[in-house]
Order: sequence, then structure tokens, then C-alpha cells
Amino acid sequence: MAVTLAQAINQALHDAMAEDERVLVFGEDVGKLGGVFRVTDKLQETFSEDRCFDTPLAESGIIGTAIGLAMYGFRPVPEMQFDGFTYPAFEQIVSHLAKMPNRSRGRVKLPVTIRIPYGGGIGAVEHHSESPEAYWAHTAGLKVFTPGTPEDAYSMMRAAIAMDDPVVFLEPKRRYWMKSDTALPVQTEAPHQAVVRREGTDVTVFCYGPMVRTALEAAEAAADEGWSLEVVDLRSLNPLDAPTIVASVQRTGRAIVVHEAAQTLGMGAEIAARVQEHAFYHLEAPVLRATGYDTPYPPAKLEEYWLPDVDRILDLVERSLAY
Amino acid sequence: MADAAIDPRELLPPDEPVHLLDPDGTYHEDPDHPIDLDDAGLRELYRLMVVTRKVDREAINLQRQGQLGVYASCMGQEAAQVGSAYALADEDWIFPSYRELGAALVRQVDAAGLLHLYRGTWLSDHDPYKHHFGLMSIPIGTQALHATGFAMGARLDNNPIVTMTYFGDGGTSEGDPHEAMTFAGVTKAPVIFFVQNNQYAISVPLEKQTAAPTLAHKGVGYGIPGRRCDGNDVLATYAVTKKAVERARRGEGPTFIEALTYRMEAHTTSDDPSRYRTQAELDEAAKTDPIARMRNYLQQRDLYDAELEQAIEDQAKEVASYVRGGIYDAPHGDPMELFEHVYVDPTGHFDGQREQLRAELDARGEG
Ligand SMILES: Cc1ncc(C[n+]2csc(CCOP(=O)(O)OP(=O)(O)O)c2C)c(N)n1
Repeated sequence: MAVTLAQAINQALHDAMAEDERVLVFGEDVGKLGGVFRVTDKLQETFSEDRCFDTPLAESGIIGTAIGLAMYGFRPVPEMQFDGFTYPAFEQIVSHLAKMPNRSRGRVKLPVTIRIPYGGGIGAVEHHSESPEAYWAHTAGLKVFTPGTPEDAYSMMRAAIAMDDPVVFLEPKRRYWMKSDTALPVQTEAPHQAVVRREGTDVTVFCYGPMVRTALEAAEAAADEGWSLEVVDLRSLNPLDAPTIVASVQRTGRAIVVHEAAQTLGMGAEIAARVQEHAFYHLEAPVLRATGYDTPYPPAKLEEYWLPDVDRILDLVERSLAY
Repeated sequence: MADAAIDPRELLPPDEPVHLLDPDGTYHEDPDHPIDLDDAGLRELYRLMVVTRKVDREAINLQRQGQLGVYASCMGQEAAQVGSAYALADEDWIFPSYRELGAALVRQVDAAGLLHLYRGTWLSDHDPYKHHFGLMSIPIGTQALHATGFAMGARLDNNPIVTMTYFGDGGTSEGDPHEAMTFAGVTKAPVIFFVQNNQYAISVPLEKQTAAPTLAHKGVGYGIPGRRCDGNDVLATYAVTKKAVERARRGEGPTFIEALTYRMEAHTTSDDPSRYRTQAELDEAAKTDPIARMRNYLQQRDLYDAELEQAIEDQAKEVASYVRGGIYDAPHGDPMELFEHVYVDPTGHFDGQREQLRAELDARGEG
């Protein structure tokens, strides 16, 4: 049966709510409308307005009250409607959600899963295409997951909701309509594990979220050139699965990191650092990065020039192999 | 369509703040704000204020001795805190800012543990679930949302508890309390927003903080009744809060209370208030001291005598010395605990970092 990534998340939310009545879904337009991407479709109808509700238009309010609800004993799954509108909630996420369990020496648990549709490639207007993952991944106390397939979307969402730690769950919005032939429920690898999506021998391509598919397409195209790419889907940005990352580079000797977010201090910098810390003698070439530019996200008509694509990846593969 | 049940005039704060006790202790009966306390309850309010002041003074001393990094005193605000917190039932929750020592003592939070926040050993030491008292919040106004969310949860769960959150006059300018009032108004959450208007946000006086006629007017825009009371009058803060608690418990939703008080001490021990306020202003404010006022009242009612004074003094001293001991003797913290309680399930985190710290400690002979 073909399921889209959006449907997989919807099903995961549905199943989590059915299983545990403490799971609450709320945010802007998630109720009647079912979310602007219909990810929360029919949840209100099925589970009542008490458990899936529209909030006032106030991001700090959504996360701040999620903290209170979680302290009370609920398992809130708040939605931030778009990546670019998480910033009003930044303080609640960074100062309280991430830190309160630690500040209370473990007495307060905040099992909150914040859903954020993120990334570009859908021709949206300003503030609707951002990749803020580094902010969250840089924040101790948060876990940051991002699925690249419908199967992972289902399974990782279920795992995130079941966790007692706060999770930022980044949904690759341009892949919402990507389909898989799969039957739900499905259980994939534990979310903190990176997964080798395609084995190869020449260069490892590290990717996550929206870039998983792009990297796989690049690997396909590279094969025509006679290059064998290994594609590693990180899945979790915090914690990072360093052993899988390192083992892959030890096999291939070369690495490229692909992400949409701007380059400077992005996830690529972290992966490059880990690789050279742990696999220095295996490296045949410096770790290269195919990323967005260090500029604000461009207007939609220019986004195809900004976003990393198959060609940008292949150019780096060529450069890496030339060392 | 507007909700016909809400008459905007009912939301407006009354012209005069509720005031029951004059500085000389004379009591004015107000049929809208009855006091349902017996003699023991009245004495208890007084005792809690005296102990709060003593511990507060001790904390300032400890800071001066270098035992605390910094401290934010609540001197002058004892009535605002004790009266309001006392109006809640034990199962109701409080979400404080950093200044609510008095409210914490009402909740029997261990005062020495509380001061760890200021000592710099632990970020917080008490169990919120035991005392129904949240962690002290240093970012201004943010806790208002936690109180609101908690109250929303209680409402969903048909649990008839109420939450109350404290913030200052400066806090009313931040976004979060406004988002909290928006949510609370819409969901009719059983939450009380208790603003201690102590006239200053660090150095900024009220008139530079707001152009609103009073802070209590701020509730109106959210469909929340605004109420005002004399914050140095413990019976007034108690009675006004009690009404708000009953309203919330009846399911009628939130109340915004502004308590008019005065911060007698510096903003924190790092502040130099002589730069922004005069001794004359301070002397004037001292005349409305909440503790003297309640003592005068108890005396008028023959509820106060030398024996009570001695008992309360002894107890206050005992608590203060317990706090001092608790602070002196508290462990400084085990560096390895840095990695604890960051995650419930720390899968794959701190890759190598724990070992690195261990090695560094070993190298320093501190392992
Ligand atoms: C979000 C935020 N901004 C700034 C500060 C720095 N700061 C600490 S206390 C304070 C003044 C707060 O005044 P008020 O809300 O009136 O409370 P009070 O200290 O008088 O109890 C400021 C600006 C802070 N702690 N948090």
C-alpha cells in the first residue's frame, strides 16, 4: 500500500493517541483544518477537541503551555506551523524545555515532541523554508530527529512520543508527498541510529531529512559515472550516531555532508569534525560540504540555485576523488 | 459574536485597590472580601512573614560573605507573597519567579535548598511535585505559560486544582504573560496571574514600563478580570486571591491580580539602587511595612503578646541558622554530575566527553 510521509505521520499521531490518552496534539490550525499540510487530519474528529485542539496564534504560548501540560502528566505533541515561526518559542524551547529536567535534577520530565515542518523546495514565501536544525541540535537536553522516508516518519514519530525526553521532530516538508509501498504500523531502526541507505565504496554521502532522497538520486547518477557512493541517513542530529558515521568513512575514505541549512556552523561542520577526530588516518580527502549558502533563504524563484541538488553533490564527489 | 456573558465592566479593575488594614493596624470590613481565618490562621500569616524576612536577611548576609553569588531579596513584599500563597489549597500549584521566597516558605520548600539557585551549586534543589511549587524562573514572565499549561491540564483531567503564577511589573511587558493570558482566557484555565507591582524593574520605574492606567487593566483585553489590592496588607492579598481561587475553582476561569507593594531592598545584591531612587522615597515606603501593620492588627485584637513574639523570633532564628548551616555544609557539586539528568535516556550522548572530564579531574588530582 502506498503511503505518503504526511500520512505516515498522521497515522503515527493517531496510533499514539489511541494507545495513550495522555497524548495531546495542538497548535495553530491542527484541529478542524487538520493542519496546513493535513498532517493532523481527522485527529480532532476522532479524539475530541480536548485532545487535538487549535491554539491561539502564539508560538511561545504553545511551547510554554506544553511544558506545563507535560509537568502535569500529559505527553504533548505541539506543532509549530512552519520552521520560520519557531523563533518566538525559542526561549521556551532553549531556556525551559531543554533545561528543566536538568535543573530539577531529573525530577521534572518533559515528554514533549515538537513537530516542525522544515526546509525548502516547495516554492513558498519567506519564512516558510528554513532549516533551523543547528539551533536545536546545539541545545543540550533536546533530541533532534528528522525522518527521510515514510517508514521512518511513522516509526520515529512513535518512538519520539514514547520518549520521556523532549524531542524536536523535524519533518521534511518537501517530502510530505513522497510515497512508499509500506504497511503501517512499521518499526524501523531506533531513532538515534544512523542508517546506511545504500552501500558504496568510494565516497560516503551523509544526509538527513529532505536530502536523503537527493543523495540517493546522486548515488544513482554517480553509478553511471562509475563512482560508488555510500549514502548514510543520519536520522538523529542529536544524539549523533558517531560509530556509524566513522565506520562508513573508514570503509570509503572520503566523505561529503549534504544539508539545506547554511554552511557555517551547520551540521556539516560537526560531521567533519567527528570524522577527522575519529577517522583521520582513513581519510583520503578533506570532508566536503554540499549545503545552502550563508545567506538568508532566497525568494522562491531562486531557491533552486540555493538548495543543494544532485549536481552540487556530484561536483563534490569529483573533487573528493581527485585528491 | 461576543459572548453575552462577559460584561466588559466586570473585567475592569475597581477604582480603589482592596485595602483592609491601615498601617496602624485598623481593620476595615469589606463585605466583598471577608476574612475566613481563625485566630491561629491570622497568627500564621504573621509568622510566615516574619520567618520570610529573617531568611531573606540571612540570604543577604550569606551573599555578603561570599556564600551566595547573588540574591534577589523579597523584603517589603512579604504580605504580597504570603497572603496570596496562603489563599491556595495545598494541592494547588505555584509557578514562581526568582523572588518568591515568601511563597516558597508557605509551601514549606526547604529554604537552604532553594538558595542553591543563588549559591551556584545546583540549579534547583526542591521537588516541585512534593511542594506543588515549580522551579524558580529567571527569564522574566516565562513561568506564566507553564502555570497556564498546567491549569489547562488540570481542567482536561477534571482535577479541581488551581495554579497561580507570580511575576513583576516589568514582567507585564514581556510577551509570554500576554500569551499566557490569551491561552488562559480562551480555555478558561483555572490560573491566577499575580503581579507584584513593586514599582521597579531593576532601575526602571512603573511609569516607564507601562502607559496603562493600572497593570490590572491588562487582563481586560484577554477577557480576564483585573483586580487590585494593597500588596502590603496581608489580609487584602489573602482575601483578593481567595476570591480568584474560588472563581477559578468554580470553572469561571482566570483572574489577574495586581498587588501594590514596594521593593525595600536592591533589585539583587549586585544592584546599586542609589542611582535611581532616593532615601526619602525609601523612608516613605518603610511607613507601610507589611509586617508592622499585621503586628499592629494582632495587637489590636489581643492576639499578640510577648510570648508569641518570642516563639516566632526563636523559630525565625532557628530557620535562619538552619539555612546558614545548609549553605555552609552543602556539597559543592560533583563535576561528574554534569552529565546527569540531561536526558532521561542518554543514548549515545556525551560520546567520550564523560571520559574526558574524568581524565581531566584525575590529572588535577580531583578524581
Ligand atoms: C527575558 C529576560 N529579560 C531580561 C532579564 C534581566 N532582568 C532580570 S530581573 C529584570 C527586571 C524584572 O522586573 P520585574 O518584572 O518588575 O520583577 P522584579 O525583579 O521587580 O520582581 C530584568 C530586566 C531577564 N531575567 N529575563
